[in-house]
Amino acid sequence: MAQKDMAQKESAQKKFRVHVLLKEGVLDVQGKAVESSLPELGVSTVSQVRVGKVIEFVVEDSPEGSTGGDQDELVKKLCEELFSNPVIENYSFEEVA
Amino acid sequence: MSSALSTSRSSIAVVSFPGTNCDHDLLYLIEEVTGTAPTRVSCAERELPRDLDLLFLPGGFSYGDYLRCGAMAKVSPIASAVRDFASRGGKIVGICNGFQILCELGLLPGVLLPNRTTRFLSRTLPISVDSTDSIFTAHLERGEQFAVPVAHFEGNYFAAEEELRRVEGEGQVIFRYCAPDGSILHDREEANPNGSCHSIAGVRSPSGRIVGFMPHPERVFEPSLDPVRGGGIEAGRCRRLFDGVLSAL
Repeated sequence: MAQKDMAQKESAQKKFRVHVLLKEGVLDVQGKAVESSLPELGVSTVSQVRVGKVIEFVVEDSPEGSTGGDQDELVKKLCEELFSNPVIENYSFEEVA
Repeated sequence: MSSALSTSRSSIAVVSFPGTNCDHDLLYLIEEVTGTAPTRVSCAERELPRDLDLLFLPGGFSYGDYLRCGAMAKVSPIASAVRDFASRGGKIVGICNGFQILCELGLLPGVLLPNRTTRFLSRTLPISVDSTDSIFTAHLERGEQFAVPVAHFEGNYFAAEEELRRVEGEGQVIFRYCAPDGSILHDREEANPNGSCHSIAGVRSPSGRIVGFMPHPERVFEPSLDPVRGGGIEAGRCRRLFDGVLSAL
């Protein structure tokens, strides 16, 4: 692939990082288990441990003429329809380098 | 499995996902009760049998419970056919992971969280029948008890306060965990071991045509496999749980 094409391809991609965390008030058994192990490390000043998920992926730019909407909208759709369950989880996402 | 290749037309189907492990129990008992082998449908298919009347989503660990239990199944190829079937008034029974999948699909309210104890729960538990307004419980008595095996890590039924009020208000609870004497004690681990909201073990859709529950009555369909007997409890009583939905066909 020509150098120019490569550069164009890269610029058409965006990398995203999604964070998924259980909502306040929803029991987080992993957080609870992790927290209960901390005294074994001699730590007594840490509380309210929550364990969530991080999901990273790369999104290609929409092909010309497609009606796919922008990339943020696509990421939002994925977060709401698959990566998180809105009954119990909140999500946030960021574009990463 | 011969049922996968069966040419006889059954109006009952069982969906298998990678990681499903209770499908054969269902295929066996459905054939025992109805005399016809149900159709086994792979989640890789995009269509359900055309003359389908009743669909089972069995227990197991579909897609290894990756992401969340039931989440990957929700986006499997068969999922939109399941949604269409539901919207056409089709009858669906989800057991254990099948219940989790129905919740993820949004066909049943709530979600199944990890057990409050943080441990996998594999035990025979008493459950009590609540609403009899469903395809699965219409032939049962309210308050009737069954001792049914459970085997799950995520069986802790949760719905946000408002939704839980609606579920209770509409009488959508079909089974609750209970103490051996039948009393429902939400806050007592011995009577509600996974910590479910309101001791909920199973719910129905508003129409009653879609039901889901965590316990596994299909595992003790044969009396010889039922560890519960004595104390006035007859072995194989869980067979009765399938009488309604299967005899209605």
